Amino acid sequence: MKKRTLVKVRNLDRLFDVSKPLLNRIIEREERKILRAVDDVSIDIEEGETFALVGESGSGKSTVAKMVVGLLPPTKGSIEIDGIDLSDKSKVKELRKLRSEIQMIFQDPFASLNPRWRVEKIIAEPIRSFSLEKNEKAIIAKVAELLTLVGLDPSDGRKFPHEFSGGQRQRICIARALASKPKFIVCDEPTSALDVSVQAQILNLMKDLQDEFSLTFLFISHDLSVVRHMANRIGVMYLGRIVEISNSKDLFENPKHPYTKMLLDAIPDLEMSGKNRNPIEGEIPNPIDPPKGCTFHPRCPFVNERCRKEIPMPIEKDGSIITCHGVEEGRIGKEQGA
Amino acid sequence: MFNKIHDNIFRALNSDFLYSFKHSPVAIVSFIVALTLVLGAVLAPFYAPHNPFDPATLNLMNGFSAPMKPNEFTGETFLLGTDDQGRDVFSTILYGMRISLFVGFAAVTFAMVLGVSLGLIAGYVGGWLDALIMRIADVQLTFPGILVAMLIFGIAKGFTPIDQRDQMAIWVLIIAIGLSEWVQFARVVRGATLVEKNKEYVQAARLNGRRSGGILIGHILPNVLGSVLVIATISLALAIIAEATLSFLGVGAPPTKPSLGTLIRIGQGYLFSGEWWILLFPAVTLLALALSVNLLGDWLRDALNPKLK
Amino acid sequence: MSEILLKIKDLIVEFPTRRGLLRAVDKVSFEISKGEVLGIVGESGAGKSLTGAAIIGLLEPPGRIGGGEIIFDGQRIDNLSDEQMRPLRGKRIAMIFQDPLTSLNPLYRIGEQLVETIQTHLSMDNKQARIRAIELLDEVGIPAPETRIDAYPHQFSGGMRQRVVIALALAGEPDLIIADEPTTALDVSVQAQIISLLKNLCKERGTAIMLITHDMGVIAETADRMAVMYSGQIAEIGKTYDLIRNPKHPYSVGLMGSIPAIKGDVKRLVQIPGSMPRLNNIPKGCSFNPRCEKVFEPCYIKRSPLIDVGNSSVACWLYDEEYKGAKKK
Repeated sequence: MKKRTLVKVRNLDRLFDVSKPLLNRIIEREERKILRAVDDVSIDIEEGETFALVGESGSGKSTVAKMVVGLLPPTKGSIEIDGIDLSDKSKVKELRKLRSEIQMIFQDPFASLNPRWRVEKIIAEPIRSFSLEKNEKAIIAKVAELLTLVGLDPSDGRKFPHEFSGGQRQRICIARALASKPKFIVCDEPTSALDVSVQAQILNLMKDLQDEFSLTFLFISHDLSVVRHMANRIGVMYLGRIVEISNSKDLFENPKHPYTKMLLDAIPDLEMSGKNRNPIEGEIPNPIDPPKGCTFHPRCPFVNERCRKEIPMPIEKDGSIITCHGVEEGRIGKEQGA
Repeated sequence: MFNKIHDNIFRALNSDFLYSFKHSPVAIVSFIVALTLVLGAVLAPFYAPHNPFDPATLNLMNGFSAPMKPNEFTGETFLLGTDDQGRDVFSTILYGMRISLFVGFAAVTFAMVLGVSLGLIAGYVGGWLDALIMRIADVQLTFPGILVAMLIFGIAKGFTPIDQRDQMAIWVLIIAIGLSEWVQFARVVRGATLVEKNKEYVQAARLNGRRSGGILIGHILPNVLGSVLVIATISLALAIIAEATLSFLGVGAPPTKPSLGTLIRIGQGYLFSGEWWILLFPAVTLLALALSVNLLGDWLRDALNPKLK
Repeated sequence: MSEILLKIKDLIVEFPTRRGLLRAVDKVSFEISKGEVLGIVGESGAGKSLTGAAIIGLLEPPGRIGGGEIIFDGQRIDNLSDEQMRPLRGKRIAMIFQDPLTSLNPLYRIGEQLVETIQTHLSMDNKQARIRAIELLDEVGIPAPETRIDAYPHQFSGGMRQRVVIALALAGEPDLIIADEPTTALDVSVQAQIISLLKNLCKERGTAIMLITHDMGVIAETADRMAVMYSGQIAEIGKTYDLIRNPKHPYSVGLMGSIPAIKGDVKRLVQIPGSMPRLNNIPKGCSFNPRCEKVFEPCYIKRSPLIDVGNSSVACWLYDEEYKGAKKK
């Protein structure tokens, strides 16, 4: 049974101008520098699933997240959520309604809450802003309900953010995100600032809430084990492009793109205790001046002439979407079997 | 309700802020000096021996009385002596301080409102508007504040009818000093706004449909107020000195309504003829006022930003 | 068991504050043998970094050693003055910090920094030291070290910078390296490279490592033995393999269960309720008692000493003979 597609991202591009000011450029005779943070990204997210984007720093995963929630306009491409194009200015009313259904949970629980506001005011902000409750009394009741929902006490609403630990703050952020009854929540590294035991609490809470309110998550993370735990489907990003989209299980058991394989090999794992590994060579190139052809080719063990010249296009294979000449030609899949 | 107030007082008494105050002798002394001077000035009409602004009470025969000595003609004794027109120096200082403080506070408030608004807009909106505001600020910084104030004062004087000049002088002073000090506020607020606007709570507010105005006033302003308070205190000391300087140069408060600066200007004419008290006492008061407010501002900066030390 | 290099006994690190004396490290004892890798894990605020800083004498004031002994190679070093510590620091005990960017001086070339460090610890002339520096860069896997030695830190990538920092740490040929979160600032693929580098270099030279990290995976791959710290105390210490497969302290059990595994499907992670107590609010008895599922009477009264269970030592009353009967009732 195929579920409804809630989020449809098509050919998304995002450029950043990172050149020096005009005067400096003229004096130092430098060219404009353009950073292509996101390059031709297309994703479909089904209703009720958790889609994860993983990648190392500079892969563009957070930029995708910001564009999907509408914090950053795309340079090119389209984002459609619940059938409405985010850039369609003619549907003002629908867009405002849609905004209340998209929420975001941020990475840093210390920066994502206004330090001068009481928790109850923070959580009530979406309710007031979108006029979701009729009177003050209903808002107070709703805030208390949300606080209980995320495992805090209704009396905590009187406190200020600095009176809470990192994990509790992230609960407050989740309560705020739920306040506008969203359908779709983008989680940008929601646990990377937390300790493992607290991370477990937050991940469990997010899973419970997803079941209870049938939420759809776009989950951004660099931590593959967290992604494995949370996601149904995973997209792997490298230098602004998606190199592989697979079901979570397939990706971990049978990674197809050489970069995915490399990432999986690199994770330090409890299972590796007492064993040696062969680390992968090289580092991520400078995204301002990415390699020609397939951006992964300088680190790829299966590189050939075509990879150095031609940018690969995504192809579908065994239910996954792969962007690799080697896989397309059948070079890479075979070698692994041998 | 009572409990809530009690709770707040309790929290304030235990705060780090108060702790830092209690452990800083300089802050305590400055606070006491500043408070005494301000209260002394504000309450002057209730206890000052004379009203120096009321010519009817003046007796020219009392002129040049030395402090604590009976006047040779009238036999009256004055605590800090009298000036050339027989005005009691103690009273003129108290009333002069009222004018100095009023001009200082009003000028700082004006500079603060102007600077904070422009700083918030420049930082939040960015782009050409930011560039425009900050370039104007840069240009103004290249002129000394006093020069800017004198320029404004001179222009304003040209447009005011002669009979209203004394009335207008105070307000022109306030605007002149205020305009020469807004740059500090604008720069600091712009910097703080640039930092705050990229924090995730501002992004969350944007996601939640808040408009720019609401975010600026509701979210960013409360978070930049701490640094504004520090500059306001230091600016107050500067504004008082600026007012004294302008009045000393004869472009500020008129001799009929003398501020501390005007008193010093009057007094310096008699310094070498032996009537030292006419100059000394207003000067010492100005020094004490400006210094205590400035030290208080220094302490405030350290207390609010422990990392800056 | 090989020769003991570092012995810590009842180490206390405390901070005088106006709300009283806070104990950030509370009677921690452990040993490191020559050539051994000891991993120290714990959540933020558990006191693991402070333990490392105390050993090398780099506690930031007002933090200070409030008691206990640190014995390095038979010599007591916790009461040495800064002057007396200097010949040890860098030469015999080296330190690697989390952020490679701040560990290197951006104004000097890599070579200058290496040569200076080498000459501080070993008597070599400029030429010899430079040759040695190139050797070191080669050993830590920097390509074309002859040319790269004259580069500035900003010309290196994050992983390469951390390699340079390791080369700096190795310059004095130390017996012990304290590595405080050496891979936290790096990307996963680079992290693996640095871990194997550190591990292999120390194996060749017989250098002991005290590896401080919050990342259990890093410890699992690198450490021979590991200690789990909780609110300034050691909860459990033992062989890495045993501790990960078969944790005994309820906190270690929770910690291991809360890590999402790469292999195998877990529907729910084990979660420890609550969070670590703040330093000014540590509960009486065992500091873990408010979060512990297996808590019983003695836990509220007194903190358990380290009790030997199998190959590990556990600070938990559950393993005390006296209470074994009582608990079952």
